[in-house]
Amino acid sequence: MFWEMLKGALVRQSRKMFMVAITIALGVSLTTAMLNVMLDVGDKVNRELKAYGANITVIPRAASVLRDVYGIEASSGKTGQYLQEADVGKLKTIFWANNIVAFSPLLETKATVGSDDITVVGTWFNRQLELPTGEVVETGIKELKSWWTVEGNWINDTDIKGAMVGSTLARKLNLHIGDSVEIVLPGGTQGEALTVQGIFNSGGAEDDQIFVTLPFVQQGLNLPGKIGKIEVSAITTPENELARKAAHDPKSLSLKEWETWYCTAYVSSIAYQIEEAVGDSRAKPVRQVAESEGTILQKTQLLMLLITGLSLAGSALGISNLLMANIMERSREFGLLKALGATDRDVLLLTLTEIMTTGLVGGIAGYFLGLGFAQIIGHNVFGTAVAINAMVIPWVIISVILITLVGSLPAMRMLLSLRPAAVLHGR
Amino acid sequence: MSLLELHDVSMVYGSVKALQGIDLTVEKGEWLALMGPSGSGKTTLMNIIGCMDKASTGSIVLDGVDFTDVTAGNLTMLRRDKIGLVFQQFHLIPYLTAVENLMVAQYYHSMPDEQEALLALERVGLKERARHLPSQLSGGEQQRVCIARALINYPMLILADEPTGNLDEANAKIVLEFFQQLHREGHTIIMVTHDPKVAELAERCIVLEHGRIANWKDRRVVCREEEVS
Ligand SMILES: Nc1ncnc2c1ncn2[C@@H]1O[C@H](COP(=O)(O)OP(=O)(O)OP(=O)(O)O)[C@@H](O)[C@H]1O
Ligand SMILES: [Mg+2]
Repeated sequence: MFWEMLKGALVRQSRKMFMVAITIALGVSLTTAMLNVMLDVGDKVNRELKAYGANITVIPRAASVLRDVYGIEASSGKTGQYLQEADVGKLKTIFWANNIVAFSPLLETKATVGSDDITVVGTWFNRQLELPTGEVVETGIKELKSWWTVEGNWINDTDIKGAMVGSTLARKLNLHIGDSVEIVLPGGTQGEALTVQGIFNSGGAEDDQIFVTLPFVQQGLNLPGKIGKIEVSAITTPENELARKAAHDPKSLSLKEWETWYCTAYVSSIAYQIEEAVGDSRAKPVRQVAESEGTILQKTQLLMLLITGLSLAGSALGISNLLMANIMERSREFGLLKALGATDRDVLLLTLTEIMTTGLVGGIAGYFLGLGFAQIIGHNVFGTAVAINAMVIPWVIISVILITLVGSLPAMRMLLSLRPAAVLHGR
Repeated sequence: MSLLELHDVSMVYGSVKALQGIDLTVEKGEWLALMGPSGSGKTTLMNIIGCMDKASTGSIVLDGVDFTDVTAGNLTMLRRDKIGLVFQQFHLIPYLTAVENLMVAQYYHSMPDEQEALLALERVGLKERARHLPSQLSGGEQQRVCIARALINYPMLILADEPTGNLDEANAKIVLEFFQQLHREGHTIIMVTHDPKVAELAERCIVLEHGRIANWKDRRVVCREEEVS
């Protein structure tokens, strides 16, 4: 009979419970979407943030001393110390190799175009690099500076006669795609004519520079196989006390602390491992960016948690209103059940089962709706699909139970205080 | 032993004295009509007899059980086992069919038994309407379902608070004929009514005024009328 009553209430009055189911579905869909995005977003936000440039710069050890003491910039050609281009691939052999998402060697020099002094940077654009492990990775500034907007094309690493010109410089020199630009490197007397393949806008100092292939600069300066620095973009874990202590001096750590630090993707431990791998180098975290990456990620996730919590509280509130109205409308019915001998427990059990069944329907609908929302968020905000995470399901179940229970509390209290004598005689 | 004995029962709602010093005895098989102006305490008295409310003072003994001092939970059990209730408004559960409405009463009493519920509907002449929802039944039919429900668990006492109050004459007649039949079968009935003609059908009539028994009429004691107060 219990089930007949339940079925009657739910099926023959489905319209009344429909709103409750919808409210639950909305709350749950938001939870599902947020949790799925949140669990998947760590990587995505990091990759987004990575777009704002390198977070580790590798320079020659000697140059780093000069820079620290005299303030002379590495790779400017003045320090006379270089890294080996052949060492660049070693970056991908360190413990946290998978966290290194992009890197590129750079060799920078002063040069003249016509009567103007300019900076020319030789680099990899989109280089297929074979690692000692036999694996092939694609890297270069196309990856590293993914936020550049380029008019024309990125140049090919084999196109030694190609050049990419910064937008500010291009305007100044009145250069256009397909134009030829004659660059005179220091020590050289005769200019090399390069073709402008692309004009880029970086929003930074690079807009005043010309980017060319690495061999072009190496040959022009007679520095075969040499590079001035490597810029590295790595996904890192937010800094904590241990990381700061290690960054100050790795030798001050106890063995156990050192192990923990070494095996965590702190920017300092990644830098440390790079120094181990690349001979005579100094890897400097570009600290500001590295740290804010972690905090921004944490803040984003906190924000999403807050939104989830608020939306759940909102639906609990909505449900509580709807149920209150529902119970009030049906007070005679429950009064009658009590008059017929139903105990408070019987009536509570009946209504709670009714509400929970509605919650189940709403929850399931909400879950699938939420998966849809997650994809919409993924595509609009991060430009990719969001992975569906089964770990979300238990949390969704918990939140359904929680919001329906919390939402039905006021209605349940009213049910308990309902006196059949009062409702059945129309007072 | 009488079925029901009330002694010096009073009911107070805040400052309102709904009932004052009611003494009443009802014998098994008796049909008692309760009359009186609006607000005189008829429903209050029915609620107390029907174990829906507890009296402020006084003693009530139903079928040998003194329920002056029982708890609310026990009151629910007493009501379930001994009382059949018929209301002015029909109070059927809107999303259950006629037969299901009867089965609900069986369910909270003991065990739902569809055959018995169908038989009960047949008795009130509604066998064909057993699978209809209350909204598909007329007022008279709904009230007959309510009477069938009040009887389904074989109560000792049937309480009906203005059972014909919401019915037209024709339907009221059917319902009243049914009560007469119940009376002939030996059921004990207490019925509130505003209609003297309905009260005529009862063996005894009590008139309440301001919470007191102001008047009573007993058809069994020929033409005797007496002031009590
Ligand atoms: N729950 C309550 N709280 C306060 N006062 C109440 C309550 N129930 C009844 N009363 C009061 O008690 C008195 C008797 O009410 P009762 O409902 O018994 O009258 P009645 O004889 O059934 O009237 P009617 O013919 O209109 O149904 C009235 O004055 C009413 O206002
Ligand atoms: Mg009344």
